[in-house]
Amino acid sequence: MQRTYEIMFIVRPDILDEDLDKLIAGLEANITQGGGSIKAMEKLGRRKLAYTVKKFNDGNYVLLTINADGSLVGEIERRLRVSEPVIKFISVRMDEEEKRVAKIKAIRATRKKLSAQPAATPAAPVEPAAVPAPATEAASA
Amino acid sequence: MADETSTPSAPSTSRPEGSGPGGPGGRPPGGRPSGPGGGGRKFFRRKKVCKFCVEKIDAIHYRDVRLLQQFVAERGKIVPRRLTGVCTTHQRGLARAIKQARNIALLPFAARY
Repeated sequence: MQRTYEIMFIVRPDILDEDLDKLIAGLEANITQGGGSIKAMEKLGRRKLAYTVKKFNDGNYVLLTINADGSLVGEIERRLRVSEPVIKFISVRMDEEEKRVAKIKAIRATRKKLSAQPAATPAAPVEPAAVPAPATEAASA
Repeated sequence: MADETSTPSAPSTSRPEGSGPGGPGGRPPGGRPSGPGGGGRKFFRRKKVCKFCVEKIDAIHYRDVRLLQQFVAERGKIVPRRLTGVCTTHQRGLARAIKQARNIALLPFAARY
């Protein structure tokens, strides 16, 4: 079953740009061969790490958004673990979260129509309230 | 004992507006009828609102460090709900996102001194 996953990994900072591109290309080839598809690839660039990982204090962050089977994700995780320049990775399943957000958005869209109608009515009571105030002033004066 | 327990309950029943901000452990639903003002006796306690509900942030993602950092204490701890005012549902998602961010070294497990 195809699901949406996000795989973020950190590559050691002393890697060359060409090697990084090669590494990503290799991973993408693995994903497509395994029956998955790549939705997006983003290089987030060099960032300072919050804590030291394998004696490195910064790293190159790469984010892959893919459609894949669970078994394929397991295989990619294995590859990331084996590949030497990758110092850390995380894979997160996104489809349920996306579904939930879409549902909330749909509910909010239906609510907006209802709230638009009562918004017009509060404007009317303001004017009658404003009229008696000058009337009492005039009576006192 | 019996007198002490009965006396605080009496003013709260007679004046429901004062019970919310007055009681230190007062739950947010109790303070709701007092509205935005709700002046306490000595100190004025502003009613806390969930940032995610107010700003309508649906997905709490582990990638937006800026957002998550607001809910992490100086030493890297997750700030409890009672201090931040985040609602239960969002706190759950927030905690998950913070833990994921920690795992990928976007947030620290414990800040160094």
